[in-house]
Amino acid sequence: MTPEIKRIANLIILMFLSLFVAASTMQVFSADDLNNDSRNQRAVYDGYKTQRGSILVNNQPIAESIKTNDPYQYIRKYYSEKYSSLTGYYSLYQGRNGLENFLDSSLRGDNSAQFFEQLNALFSGNPVTGASVELTIDEKIQQIAWDALGNKKGAVIVMEPSTGKILALVSKPGFDANLLSTHDISAAGTNYQKLITDKGAPLINRVVDGLYAPGSVFKLVVAAAAFESGKYTPESLLPNQRKYTLPGTSTVITNSGESSCGGASTVSIATALKLSCNIPFAQLGVALGQAAIAKQAEAFGFGASFNIPLKSTPSVYPNGLDDAQTAMTAFGQFDVRVTPLQMMMVTSAIANGGIEMKPYLVDQIFTSNLTLLEQGKPSEIGRAISTSTAESLKSMMVKAVSSGVSSNAQIPGVKVAGKTGTAQNGEGQPYTLWFTGFAPADNPQVAVTVVIEDGGGMGQSGRGNTLAAPIAKKIMQAVLNK
Amino acid sequence: MAKHAKVMPAKRNLELIMLLFGFGMFAFALAQTQLATILILRPDGWFYWSIPVAVTLVFHFLLRFRAPDADPLLLPIGFLLNALGIVMIYRLDLVKPNTEDHTVAQRQVIWMLVAVLIAALVLFLVRTHLSLRKYIYISMAVGVVLLVLPLLPVIGKTVSGAHLWVYLGPLSFQPGELAKIALCIFFAGYLTQRREALSVVGRKVLGIRIPPAREVGPIVFIWLASLAVLVLQRDLGTSLLYFGLFLVLIYVATARFFYVLVGLVMFVAGALVASRLMSYVGGRLDAWLDPLNQNVYDAQGGSYQLVQSMFGLAHGGLFGTGLGGGLPNIVPLSESDFIISAIGEELGLVGLFAILGLYLVLVFRALRIANMHADDFSKLLAIGLGFVVALQLFIVIGGVLRVVPLTGLTTPLLTAGGSSLVANWIIIALLLRLSDTLPKAGRVAE
Repeated sequence: MTPEIKRIANLIILMFLSLFVAASTMQVFSADDLNNDSRNQRAVYDGYKTQRGSILVNNQPIAESIKTNDPYQYIRKYYSEKYSSLTGYYSLYQGRNGLENFLDSSLRGDNSAQFFEQLNALFSGNPVTGASVELTIDEKIQQIAWDALGNKKGAVIVMEPSTGKILALVSKPGFDANLLSTHDISAAGTNYQKLITDKGAPLINRVVDGLYAPGSVFKLVVAAAAFESGKYTPESLLPNQRKYTLPGTSTVITNSGESSCGGASTVSIATALKLSCNIPFAQLGVALGQAAIAKQAEAFGFGASFNIPLKSTPSVYPNGLDDAQTAMTAFGQFDVRVTPLQMMMVTSAIANGGIEMKPYLVDQIFTSNLTLLEQGKPSEIGRAISTSTAESLKSMMVKAVSSGVSSNAQIPGVKVAGKTGTAQNGEGQPYTLWFTGFAPADNPQVAVTVVIEDGGGMGQSGRGNTLAAPIAKKIMQAVLNK
Repeated sequence: MAKHAKVMPAKRNLELIMLLFGFGMFAFALAQTQLATILILRPDGWFYWSIPVAVTLVFHFLLRFRAPDADPLLLPIGFLLNALGIVMIYRLDLVKPNTEDHTVAQRQVIWMLVAVLIAALVLFLVRTHLSLRKYIYISMAVGVVLLVLPLLPVIGKTVSGAHLWVYLGPLSFQPGELAKIALCIFFAGYLTQRREALSVVGRKVLGIRIPPAREVGPIVFIWLASLAVLVLQRDLGTSLLYFGLFLVLIYVATARFFYVLVGLVMFVAGALVASRLMSYVGGRLDAWLDPLNQNVYDAQGGSYQLVQSMFGLAHGGLFGTGLGGGLPNIVPLSESDFIISAIGEELGLVGLFAILGLYLVLVFRALRIANMHADDFSKLLAIGLGFVVALQLFIVIGGVLRVVPLTGLTTPLLTAGGSSLVANWIIIALLLRLSDTLPKAGRVAE
């Protein structure tokens, strides 16, 4: 029987080995995923045992944990509504959101980079203090952007196109995150209900999650597709009627304000962009076809999320279009939907010679004893357009500001490149107003994208150039004067 | 075999030293539990410590007189596992909001007292395990009756869908736990008698020697009985446990892999048919394959419990949260089926490995005893007792760790519950007896 007993012994060893492997998998290798599962209540309870790290802007906390006398030991404090779109909230009642969510493992000290501190905590009995995060945000620019938007609903994002460093990120209306971080659970519940039902949707971060009709700013993508196809240059002429019937329909469209777009029977792409004419672009769109536009949009990042590390909602270029619909998408109408962040990526690729840099918000992550855990660094996403396409688009955008319909972004002594948009949202609905651009055009140091909802309170009479462009101008000036 | 005339206490002294270590660890763990959960040391901790320690010492001294050569590792391992179970159950008691529920650990202490005393009685009465050969068919009858008991009206009771319990007034027990010992004795005895017939006699079909039909009869009978447990008691775990035990013993007895093959095919076929007929088996399979799926998670009888236990284990990580530092009370049934996940959460992967290591040593001592005995019955009995512990552990912990689908079985010696403790302490008593009667070198028993 001895050989059989040995085989049974081997079988038992195999059985135990499988248990060892399974336990290691669950407790070590897949532990991070399980700990981060939103159904896991342990993380919430646990989070209050350690002092959560702060979120900092220019070395000043915008969110930090303060000692309290209640059983949770620490309460989360937020210092200004202008940062609510960045921080999000950290709530017993509602979980976490915004950077509080996406940076959670660092803030609660659970980052694998803090392994030795965790090990030390295990033996000393002192809980790990969470790591703090310094953002790339510039307090001054953030304040100017916040103020410039006034009481309008909308979003502003400011970025260094050559690095992807985000200098300001504003979504309005903001909210007071202290209303949700309170340990009074019933108050937090009531506050949450108020915020979630508020018509201004303050809990939506419009920069990353707001999907807007882009209107004329989308012409940049269409023009890029045209140049990338090799069949067009800025001087290529497009048909220029006063009225255009969308193919296969009886719908007649006109240029904005029924303008003649230069008055000739043809117009160059450059002039059409400068004057933001819909009719030539509609016909360019049909000629290119939806596949070419979609391909260019995807090259800019449409259809995918950016992790900055806020995770953005993918922007949408629709598919399955007929020619009439393709024509409308070419001037940013129909079902094209864009986040301000995505528009910023298009703009900064143009500013940066065609290369998209990964946008980022985290400058540094460091432990409570100031050991650096992570340093934010510029990194390339890839090339979205060729250098020559970028150059062509840039000079067209410069003209749009200097002598075109985006004139309100002009800064004396600085060459500004920009494009405005005034997107329609259906019969009788207020417009969505856009400006996206950068300065100085020859050595871009700052790119700004502004979107204003509800026509900036002016219904259908607000324009991108009258309301959005001045805001961008103010911000660009502030950055350049630093 | 008669008791040795001269007692060599070396093994017992070694056992005592290990026990003393165990007693110290037990006291430390209880104190840590109190400090971490209620922040003070309360004198009622002595209750939880003194009774298990006292009864273990009684057993130890009985061994000095009645089984001085018995294996010195078995009692300390049994004590440590049982004590750790009490600590964990006590810890879970302490955080229950309703103080009236703070009695599970108390009952477990009393059950340990009862179980170790019964084990001592078994050791005292069974002078040599060979006498058990007289009771082979009685064992079979007892085993079958125990298995059928929960199905009887009035006394049988259904808990979480499975018919495993018997209620006699205020007393409840799971007869299936005791049945495994009776079946071990029966299988060992029966296979010793039939070994020759099963392994040699038979005609060849396609090069494979097929045993005569009348010898195969009992195998078919065991297979049907296992399936009956599966279908009637709705309990895949117990069914698998008995059938697996039988297959291993018949393999060791006959050295014929043929039986294992046929047995497995039969069992899998039976289980597949059963899973088609009974929805709960299908639910268990879904929960096993994709527990994090939201639909499976939300389903009635879905993976909620398993996922909560996975969260707990992940929360514990490598070193655990420390006793009293975790939240194992979130997991339903954390003191019975899921006690291993409570331990994994608070003592970490390291603690879990240590516990599994203790079981592994226990099982390998049983195999060692089997190997050193010369006669078939002793070998088969020792293997049966060792393997039934290993397989039960694999089924229940493997279920929690997602190696196999989750089935309800107790974790030997750790889980809260009297019948399981009694059964496993009897197993330890029998292994002690088996190890005390090992033939001396150069001599063959019988």
